[in-house]
Amino acid sequence: MKSLAELEAIRNKAKGSVNLRKDDNAVRIVVGMATCGIAAGAKPVMTALMEEVAKRNLENVAVTQTGCIGVCRLEPIVEVMVPGEEKVTYVKVDPKKAAEIISEHIVNGRVVTKYTIGAAQ
Amino acid sequence: MDMVRGHILCCGGTGCTSSGCDAIIKEMEAQLAAHDLEKEFKVIKTGCFGLCALGPIMIVYPEGAFYSRVTPEDVKEIVEEHLLKGRVVKRLLYAETVEEDNIKSLNEVDFYKKQKRIALRNCGVINPEDIEEYIGVDGYRALGKVLTEMKPQEVIDVIKESGLRGRGGGGFSTGMKWQFTYNSQSDQKYVACNADEGDPGAFMDRSILEGDPHAVIEAMAIAGYAVGANQGYIYIRAEYPIAVKRLGIAIAQAREYGLLGKNIFDSGFDFDLEIRLGAGAFVCGEETALITSIEGHRGEPRPRPPFPAVKGLWQKPTLLNNVETYANIAQIILNGADWFKEIGTEKSKGTKVFALGGKINNTGLVEVPMGTTLREIIEEIGGGIPNGKKFKAAQTGGPSGGCIPTHLIDTPIDYDSLMAIGSMMGSGGLIVMDEDNCMVDIAKFFLEFTVDESCGKCTPCRVGTKRLYEILEKITSGNGTMEDLDKMEELCYSIKSTALCGLGQTAPNPVLSTLKYFRDEYEAHVRDKVCPAGVCKKLVKYEIIADKCKGCSACARKCPVGAISGEIKSPYTIDPDKCVKCGVCMDTCKFGAIIKK
Ligand SMILES: Cc1cc2nc3c(=O)[nH]c(=O)nc-3n(C[C@H](O)[C@H](O)[C@H](O)COP(=O)(O)O)c2cc1C
Ligand code: SF4
Ligand code: SF4
Ligand code: SF4
Ligand code: FES
Ligand code: FES
Repeated sequence: MKSLAELEAIRNKAKGSVNLRKDDNAVRIVVGMATCGIAAGAKPVMTALMEEVAKRNLENVAVTQTGCIGVCRLEPIVEVMVPGEEKVTYVKVDPKKAAEIISEHIVNGRVVTKYTIGAAQ
Repeated sequence: MDMVRGHILCCGGTGCTSSGCDAIIKEMEAQLAAHDLEKEFKVIKTGCFGLCALGPIMIVYPEGAFYSRVTPEDVKEIVEEHLLKGRVVKRLLYAETVEEDNIKSLNEVDFYKKQKRIALRNCGVINPEDIEEYIGVDGYRALGKVLTEMKPQEVIDVIKESGLRGRGGGGFSTGMKWQFTYNSQSDQKYVACNADEGDPGAFMDRSILEGDPHAVIEAMAIAGYAVGANQGYIYIRAEYPIAVKRLGIAIAQAREYGLLGKNIFDSGFDFDLEIRLGAGAFVCGEETALITSIEGHRGEPRPRPPFPAVKGLWQKPTLLNNVETYANIAQIILNGADWFKEIGTEKSKGTKVFALGGKINNTGLVEVPMGTTLREIIEEIGGGIPNGKKFKAAQTGGPSGGCIPTHLIDTPIDYDSLMAIGSMMGSGGLIVMDEDNCMVDIAKFFLEFTVDESCGKCTPCRVGTKRLYEILEKITSGNGTMEDLDKMEELCYSIKSTALCGLGQTAPNPVLSTLKYFRDEYEAHVRDKVCPAGVCKKLVKYEIIADKCKGCSACARKCPVGAISGEIKSPYTIDPDKCVKCGVCMDTCKFGAIIKK
């Protein structure tokens, strides 16, 4: 180790991973992954979300799955929970929409209204 | 960076290893592969979470689901339900963490809520075999800061200012010790770490080394820079194989990353470490004995002065600190002395790790701010005494410490208040006793330990502790006299003032403190020839109450020595001369007709 900068680089690389283990106020992205969700293509959506988070090196974002959300016809469903804000539910998500949700909602803080459950109903 | 969506933390501490965590980790890896999930989840083997009695323990993040007593058969269910479908397996959750239908955050659970984790901050959080995880939680930043921005004296000043005191038992100011070693002029100096951990009830040093070995390595490098040493030794007992292995891995990784070795952070400072294995004698934890043992001789204490800070390893100035003491250093450097000073009491700053054991619901490791009361530790963190029994005393300081009785349960725990009531902090063993424990027997237990562990170099300890033990033996057999009690007390004081090293000087403490607070119990043994708690076998008598006995003969058939006789349907009797007091008959009788007196 020759410099603090070198240490800092390793720290940044490892930090995101270790942060997942703190149960503090992380942004949570939850994908419905029960039988119908998986049938409707939730798995590629999950992968797309994870890739996007990784590509942008987002810290403090947890991508997780949940069981049946209760509206099978609108699957794949993705819920975004930002601490201190109301939960946003996105429906009929595909990998492309997933990437957009990350860049717009998570990074820029703008809800992508056209994909939300409100717009679909 | 690879993105994984979940981490599966499996405790790989000594407790969970003996309850079978390795088989669970293997099964988990197999199940993940079978479900095509191995890229999405990362299995991390960590150090001790502190709740060893509930092991093997597994925590799944990001949910923070705390699974306890996991078996290999449970793993498939966790994978299929939780990891695949997102349904937490409720029946395996540690009950304390479930609130209505939600998982409580671990920090909200009683066991963790009152804790403040500084020395244990990374235990159970990171993979101790991966240096990058340590770096990810700010590891080696303190070393970087010290080497690039601070002069040695500045480092010492921060440690002094923080008020940190040695966690190995003595409670000596760490900053002062660093200063003395710094002040000693010499061409060569050493730093050493005491990981001998001889107190039979303590295992915090082991857990720190197993769960966060880099914290100790980083602190030793900082200490080396501060006092002017470039070689360090970690003295650890060979009975800690997991800790030894992880420490070895950690040292190798630190070398590979240039965090040990030559010219660290391009500062011109060189530092390296070696592990030395001890045979596990209690006396080798004493500093002068430890130093002789590292040099390759028989571990026997020698008189002080000279102190190690002046003449230590190979007659060179040597800084010796305990594992837990070191585990606080990097945090103090990073957060500042003022941050540390805020925690604790006036003269005891920071936190202390205790190994909670004995008659307590949550046995395990807890780290609390100094000044936390015994009551908080026992009732809130420890979850109280099992089976509705009553608290009787707590023993701190192991074989060098004493017992704290019920009326002192609100004593804030720090170095000085424990001393004031005749116990001591020691290394942090905390054994809880209830009404079924006999205090004379407890004193005898610790004395037996010291008699075994006395190195024999000086007479007061070698002969004196033996005599003490014999008197205790006499009392617990019902042959003691009231004069014995006074004689014993006198002997205690003379051993204390004449023994050569700390082992002998503190050995009488368990006797003195029980005599002070539980004299009535000693007197009962001597005068009435009874053991009130019913522990001392020679004083216990089993009897059948004729009125309650239905004459079923169950007890007679179970008695291993045939001491019970009688005729069916009429009351049975026990022959006291034959009875070996095993207690089987009492457990057998369905009618509560057998009593212990
Ligand atoms: C009999 C005896 C056993 C000891 N055992 C230990 C031990 O196992 N671990 C430890 O750190 N200190 C032990 N000590 C205290 C050490 O002598 C020394 O004070 C301590 O390691 C210094 O580190 P500290 O200032 O960081 O506490 C023992 C002392 C005595 C008298
Ligand atoms: S006090 Fe006991 S352990 Fe210490 S030197 Fe004397 S005999 Fe050895
Ligand atoms: S205590 Fe044991 S030895 Fe004594 S009478 Fe009962 S069963 Fe027999
Ligand atoms: S088991 Fe109880 S009831 Fe039966 S003979 Fe023994 S003492 Fe009497
Ligand atoms: S199974 Fe998907 S919403 Fe019910
Ligand atoms: S060893 Fe697993 S919790 Fe302590």
